[in-house]
Amino acid sequence: MKTTSELETKVVRPMAHLTRRELLKGTGVLIGMLSGASSALLALAPSRTWAVELNALSDAQGQELMRFARQLYPHDSLDDAAYALVVSALDGAAKSDPATKKLLADGLRKLDAAAGGSFVRASPPQQLAAVKALEGTPFFEKVRGTTIATLYNNPIAFAYFGYEGSAWEKAGYINRGFNDLKWLPDPPESASPPKA
Amino acid sequence: MTTFEHNDNSVVVIVGSGAGGGTLANELSQRGVKVVVLEAGKRESSATFVNDEWASFIQLAWLDKRTTSGSWRVARDFPNLPAWLCKTVGGTTVHWAGASLRIHPHEFKARTTYGEIDGASLLDWPLDYDELAPYYAKAEDKLGVTRTNDIPGLPGNNNFKVFYNGAKKVGYKATTGRMAINSRPRADRASCLQLGFCFQGCKSGAKWSALYTEIPAAESTGNMELRTQVHVAQIEHDAAGKAVGVVYFDAEGKQQRQRARAVCVAGNSIETPRLLLLSASSKFPDGMANSSGQVGRNYQRHTTGSVYAIMDEPVHMYRGTTMAGIISEEIVFDPSRGFAGGYELETLSLGLPFMAAFLNPGEWGRPFAQAMDLYSHMAGMWIVGEDMPQQTNRVTLNSAEKDQWGLPVPNVHYDDHPNDVAMRNHAYERGRAVYEAVGARKVFYTPPYPSTHNLGTCRMSASPRDGVCNKHGQTHDVKNLFISDGSQFTSGAGENPTLTIVTLAIRQAEYISNQMSQQNI
Repeated sequence: MKTTSELETKVVRPMAHLTRRELLKGTGVLIGMLSGASSALLALAPSRTWAVELNALSDAQGQELMRFARQLYPHDSLDDAAYALVVSALDGAAKSDPATKKLLADGLRKLDAAAGGSFVRASPPQQLAAVKALEGTPFFEKVRGTTIATLYNNPIAFAYFGYEGSAWEKAGYINRGFNDLKWLPDPPESASPPKA
Repeated sequence: MTTFEHNDNSVVVIVGSGAGGGTLANELSQRGVKVVVLEAGKRESSATFVNDEWASFIQLAWLDKRTTSGSWRVARDFPNLPAWLCKTVGGTTVHWAGASLRIHPHEFKARTTYGEIDGASLLDWPLDYDELAPYYAKAEDKLGVTRTNDIPGLPGNNNFKVFYNGAKKVGYKATTGRMAINSRPRADRASCLQLGFCFQGCKSGAKWSALYTEIPAAESTGNMELRTQVHVAQIEHDAAGKAVGVVYFDAEGKQQRQRARAVCVAGNSIETPRLLLLSASSKFPDGMANSSGQVGRNYQRHTTGSVYAIMDEPVHMYRGTTMAGIISEEIVFDPSRGFAGGYELETLSLGLPFMAAFLNPGEWGRPFAQAMDLYSHMAGMWIVGEDMPQQTNRVTLNSAEKDQWGLPVPNVHYDDHPNDVAMRNHAYERGRAVYEAVGARKVFYTPPYPSTHNLGTCRMSASPRDGVCNKHGQTHDVKNLFISDGSQFTSGAGENPTLTIVTLAIRQAEYISNQMSQQNI
């Protein structure tokens, strides 16, 4: 299990730090730009460009899985970079287990077939119908399970959804807003005594 | 550090180091009894805990293979994770939320109070509240429970503010409750920093855990040895049927044998009955201490569920204590609500990663994504109520599946009793009313998580025919074999169980040391 800081290093690693030679070592690479939509995220990232290297899956497989994950959990203004982390996790599973690699390859072919030939080029309603057609299959469950455990567990998602992650380094919330809600009256001290 | 020989048969062996085992180890060693604690997990510390839900889950949770059956939804969504328990020194006291409520007098008399209920195997406890009250007081002092012993309550967080105001509007009185979390420095532990990661092991040490209280206190007596990463596979007995020791696999997977004067099992309500069942022999063909046939039966997990609401304004519920907020009005016995037993409503928050995993397991698509988009506006509460004991809800050995030591894995079977369903639906509606009273835009009923409260699988009973142990946790069949965790609960009651487990362990230590002094065991 990767900690968020490991993921952070991985995702926001600027392109400049990835040499062409490093990219060519893998089987594929997903590259994108962080959108201007989340300024909180840009504050985290040293560069707008991101790259996720693949070591078992091809570029095309990576792209298709990324679109699949978007249909499963569609957050329209959440950057592709977050979805690319799902692909990275699936790629890691495929690299360490040939059966998983085959499950993904076979599943993606079925997804293409269900979308009328190419899932990536299909319209969003066609994509959704193709995903629904595969619901409950081991391939679907593998991608869905990986997506739910990855998409919401990284600093890009934390910034997007307004979750502040690890609090220990910041001495918790005792002096940092644990009770800063102002749109309801404060409870009396008998119910909620003042802090020490 | 003190060590004992494997063939030293003067020691009391305790299996497990959590609320029951850890407390018992300390209480016995303080009384001069020599103790060997065998713990399956590793020893972590506040320094090694992480504020990261998934990484912490991997670090602390019991992930050995288990199987499930029955109509409960957990069997569908989490077929190999019936319970969210810990495999680490300190056991579930590492990830518990800290709520410390006494069981009410009428709940100890469940059968008498509720009467005969179809399909339920209710019994009265063989002890009553008054008998336990002085030990509850000791436990509250030990744990440093707020609103006892002149300890102020915790300050409420944002999630509590929503909970409190909604409660008030529907006629409930909410407070930040009785929590084993320091609101002021106490007993060499700091006060709460409102980290929001109570379930991940408290990094400030403000929350009581056996890991950094009972265990080191026991070690300092020189009477206790803790062995970690050891898995107990069997309890052995002599021709007379007395327990003589345990067989376990050490950290290297090598089989070892520890002799014992008495054995106390505190592996939580799945592993404890599993160990007794695994200890079947020609003398005890159905498992050790199982002449009643009740070992593994009456598995209870509390009637739970969560209510999450999306509010108009931000809440940031994840900031601060995970569970310091309680509504207690519904714990009463009032059959006019359509069910026996009662429940508590307690604030609860999950971080973003776990909210995604647990809000509605398996759901996908745009409505789910839209709910998650409003995570920062969510408020949450948890239902904890009494579920009905049933003979068919049980832990058994699944011989078709083996664990890493080649032992049959436990299977956990659970079906909701109609009483459980009625209670859960009532609680969901009351939770909705609380949040709608303060303008909730949308309310979600979240199904029960993998069980954190696992109870009743080696229950205490007045008659040896009805249960596994007596009111001291001493098994009816084997006088030097004890049940020392929540497995011994006769009924689940509607409160978070840790305080009662600790209370029973304090009392059991007194009993065991007296029995040893009198040469009865």
